[in-house]
Amino acid sequence: MTNENEDNMDKTTTKPSSLSDVAAAKQKKAPGGQSLGVGLEARGVHAWFSGKHVLDGISLDFWSGTVTALIGPSGCGKSTFIRTLNRMHEFIPGAQMAGEVLLDGKDIYESGTDVTKIRLKVGMVFQKPNPFPSMTIAENVLSGLKLAELKTSNKDELLEDCLERAGLWSEVKDRLNAHGGSLSGGQQQRLCIARALAVKPQVLLMDEPCSALDPGSTLKIEETISHLSSSMTIIIVTHNMQQAARVSDYTAFFLSDGGPGSMIEVGPTSEIFSRPRDTRTENYVTGRFG
Amino acid sequence: MSTVIAPPKPGKPWTATPQQRLVTAGIYLAAASLAFAIVQVTPMKGKLAYFTLFFFASIIIDFIASYIQRGIASAKDAIARGFVTVGITFAVLPIFSILFEVGKRGYKGLGVGLFTSDMSATSVNDPIGNGGLLHAITGTVIMVAIALVVAMPIGILTAIYLTEIRGKFAVPIKFLVQAMSGVPSIVAGLFILSAYVYPITNTLSGFAGSLSLMILMIPTIARTSEEVLLLIPNDLREAGVALGGTQWRTVALVVVPAAKSGLVTALILGIARVAGETAPLVLLTGGGESVNLNPFDGPMGSLPIYIWKCFGQGTEESITRAWSGILVLLVIVLALFTMARYLSERKVTK
Amino acid sequence: MTLLENKPADIPAPREITTKPRISDKIFRGVVTAGGLSSLLILGFILVFLTYQGYDVLRTQGFGFITGSEWSLVEDESGNIDLGQTKFGIAAMLIGTILCATIAVVIAVPISVMAALYLSFYAPAVIRKFMVAIIDLMAAFPSVLFGIWGFFVLMPSAEYWAKLLHKYLGFLPFFDMQVPVFTRSPFVAGVVLAIMIIPIVTSISREIFGQTPLDRIQAAYALGATRWAMIKAVVIPYGRSGVVGGAMLGLGRAMGETVAVYTVLNIVYQINWQVLLGAGGNVASMILLKFGEAGEGEIKALMAAGLVLFLLTLLVNSIADLIVKSSGAKGR
Repeated sequence: MTNENEDNMDKTTTKPSSLSDVAAAKQKKAPGGQSLGVGLEARGVHAWFSGKHVLDGISLDFWSGTVTALIGPSGCGKSTFIRTLNRMHEFIPGAQMAGEVLLDGKDIYESGTDVTKIRLKVGMVFQKPNPFPSMTIAENVLSGLKLAELKTSNKDELLEDCLERAGLWSEVKDRLNAHGGSLSGGQQQRLCIARALAVKPQVLLMDEPCSALDPGSTLKIEETISHLSSSMTIIIVTHNMQQAARVSDYTAFFLSDGGPGSMIEVGPTSEIFSRPRDTRTENYVTGRFG
Repeated sequence: MSTVIAPPKPGKPWTATPQQRLVTAGIYLAAASLAFAIVQVTPMKGKLAYFTLFFFASIIIDFIASYIQRGIASAKDAIARGFVTVGITFAVLPIFSILFEVGKRGYKGLGVGLFTSDMSATSVNDPIGNGGLLHAITGTVIMVAIALVVAMPIGILTAIYLTEIRGKFAVPIKFLVQAMSGVPSIVAGLFILSAYVYPITNTLSGFAGSLSLMILMIPTIARTSEEVLLLIPNDLREAGVALGGTQWRTVALVVVPAAKSGLVTALILGIARVAGETAPLVLLTGGGESVNLNPFDGPMGSLPIYIWKCFGQGTEESITRAWSGILVLLVIVLALFTMARYLSERKVTK
Repeated sequence: MTLLENKPADIPAPREITTKPRISDKIFRGVVTAGGLSSLLILGFILVFLTYQGYDVLRTQGFGFITGSEWSLVEDESGNIDLGQTKFGIAAMLIGTILCATIAVVIAVPISVMAALYLSFYAPAVIRKFMVAIIDLMAAFPSVLFGIWGFFVLMPSAEYWAKLLHKYLGFLPFFDMQVPVFTRSPFVAGVVLAIMIIPIVTSISREIFGQTPLDRIQAAYALGATRWAMIKAVVIPYGRSGVVGGAMLGLGRAMGETVAVYTVLNIVYQINWQVLLGAGGNVASMILLKFGEAGEGEIKALMAAGLVLFLLTLLVNSIADLIVKSSGAKGR
């Protein structure tokens, strides 16, 4: 009996000591294993703000059904990069870009493209939760349909489905008519996720979605991300390396040396954290800087 | 192996391509033709008909084109775009008409004599060359200057109270300044009449006019000064106090100099606000015809009164005089305004 | 190993921080406060003096001052006012004031809101700067300019529009008229006033639209909204009450206008609801008109009229101020 106890104690006192262990602990996912091959591809994407070069030739493939984390120190262009993926970059005055972003093989920047359709297929969740305060919870979730004048056969079914997938249904099913602003921070962020899901995107971009939230909400959202990744491509920018290790299948490391940001290395998450090929990556993930 | 390749040229692939611009031009052309055709066929005539038809035709065609290309959401956006364009056109059109008409009609009356003589020796039917508005300009300058002397300290002190002291009267004072800016100018005139002219002097004078202008000036100066003082970053005040300055020294020697150009802007806007006020001056100053440099004695002319009187006289010459007066007043207001904008732009870039 | 005794430490009460104000600061505060309170003083004086002057008239006329529309001065042989027979009633003028101002707001607010939306969300940067500059410039134009331009340039066109309105919409009660006199009507005055208040309402609306929280705008766009869909979902709910406040400020301004209305409105002492008919008046221009020949008694009546106008515009501006303030705070 003492042996068992000791065994138990050993199990509980063994702590995963490195990010690579955390990454390895996840179920391995083969690229494109779930569905169609490449979901979103960036080819030589550059970005400028009023002439200042901020992104230097980023080329990345995002396989459908996977979660890719973009890590790196502040100011190296990660947020700017994902905003080029859903054409939100062009809202900033003075913004310019070069390169291509292919969704299902078609460049989203091609002239004549209907940008609103692109944004329906490539959704976004922001750092600070931003539900519409003038709408109820139900209206918030379905707001994407209203904005894009989309028709759906069964609103209630869609509503429940999105809230369920966002992990919020059980908490709000009795108060769907309450105002969007009456929820806690973590709940608001999950509401934003549900809202993004309602228009059935192929890709979901998440710009540091948990940085403004407490650890409990963060955990719930990470669970949501895991569940969602089976049906879409997820790209998440995060400052939290443990989160990247927990949640993503692939990780890309961005860095800027004062000039434009560039992508140093990309690979399966477990490899990035255990055997990075570039010294700069290694220095970052081991905490020597950043 | 990394070879340094020059980065590609920055571009804006989301801006309209020449093709898309051609389509837009096509839409407007089609709308114009449609409007033209309808005017030929129906009894609708005239500029109004053309513009209304063009407007509706372009919205309908744009709606249909957007619907076919991109669906109903884009079509609704096309309607909105049409309406807001019309809105800005209507908002801005009068100003061009005004500038054009004032220039056209006032030009005839311009001449050197305009600025060197007054109307004391001129009758209504005299040709334009006779008489001028020297008395009007001197009158306006004197009255505005006196009003400024009183309004400036009150306005700026009010702003300082609201931003630096923020005492318990701040909310009521802010409300009162708002309320004061809504006082109709004729009420200000009646007030000075009952408070100053009737009880004290019982004559019309330039000074009485100044008092009414002062009431109209204070809210403008106070509000603009307040905005300007709020823009001064708090670090400056903290630096002053940390150096051991008392509050009044900090405000007088640190905050106000930092806001200098903004405060001058406030004064200029105050001047522009009252330079064209007519109603109170009709009640209070009597509108003299000759140059009067004494604000306390006798009727004093002013630009707005000059314009008003000439308009009232009704002859062709006097109406031209009125337009010239308006032209001069407009140029003054424009000059003040440009100066104010120049000062505030400079402050921002500094 | 014993744990330390966990006694909650005695938390001291916060200390009161005092500074003895220096004399110079006291004087400073005094001077500045006096300056600040001067607006209270001035407004108070306006109220006091106008009431004092107009009191006799208000007392003898009673409510009839506001409800009656006859203005007839009766004097006896020695030139004194026969207070029993004289009637002062500003009802027609009050209604005219409200009518002209309402027409102005009905015309100006849609145009201003659309213009402000254009400037905030649709205009290219260069056009935007230019338009904002000239609209702000127009807000500084003197009212006498609008009066005279309105009379010579706008009135012919306004008459033409009035005729069209009468022809096609004459079945509506206020577009109907017994005698077709189209010049110098409340409609024309309303149009001139509208042009005067468009710059103000546009500026206020533009400022409010500019304060719409950016994260909501981005959320809407990220969901695939068109510009109009975003405006409908985010900007309008946010800016609605602020724009109403701005419209009311425009209303107050239009109510108090004197010279701009004087030239384009025919002052007739009869309540006139037919906006296209050349008759009406507003309180401010009536005061201006009557002032020239008014004797002492009549001047008191004009003072009373001024008092009524003052209180009316004060009321409208206060409501407007309240609405704008409450919109900023809740930001919904």
